[in-house]
Amino acid sequence: MSRKLALIASKGTLDWAYPPFILASTAAALDYEVQIFFTFYGLTLLKKDISDLKVSPLGNPAMPMPIPMPSLVQVLPGMESMATMMMKQKIRDKGVASVEELRDACLEAGVKLIACHMTMDLFDFKREDFIDGIEYGGAATFLEFAGGADVSLFV
Amino acid sequence: MEFNKELDARGLNCPLPILRCKKALAEITAGQVLKVIATDPGSVKDFQAFCKQTGHELLSLAEGEGEFTFIIKKRN
Repeated sequence: MSRKLALIASKGTLDWAYPPFILASTAAALDYEVQIFFTFYGLTLLKKDISDLKVSPLGNPAMPMPIPMPSLVQVLPGMESMATMMMKQKIRDKGVASVEELRDACLEAGVKLIACHMTMDLFDFKREDFIDGIEYGGAATFLEFAGGADVSLFV
Repeated sequence: MEFNKELDARGLNCPLPILRCKKALAEITAGQVLKVIATDPGSVKDFQAFCKQTGHELLSLAEGEGEFTFIIKKRN
């Protein structure tokens, strides 16, 4: 019987989109059975268009910046877009996969993507906002799978 | 060493070499051999782990001029 990986994806920024999709796609390649439960801001990662994911240096002091930037400067309009642009450029330059590519790899490999229904209601997300081929459920749905999983991680 | 298919994973970063390798292995038959060339230094450990976990046989692993070459035999 194959090993199982259960992930919770709770964040919806460009940087934090990577860990769940990298782990899930790789685990699937290693013949794991994988489920990702998307809750709160993580739900954003299931939207049809995820090309507008952003990363913010604000409140993120460990983020490497080309020049030191005080928080007061980071709040200026356009700083978030600039940081996002720089990050995307780096991602391309270093041969790192795009989030879309990793999500597609997950879907192709049969990773089960589950949207948290409660958060959808909370944020007024509609099913048509999300990609096809996903499932909908709640905490019990996740726990049913995670209870028998070999690895469970909250991201 | 002889091989049936070659995968160029140079310039790709984790986890792309593994994902592409998985795909390439799906395109050959059991017992056939895949050659993978990568530049990601992390791929050395990753390919060993991949083969150990999936049962494909890592026939050889060579390093030279910043490139890593893996010869993998598809499991039966």
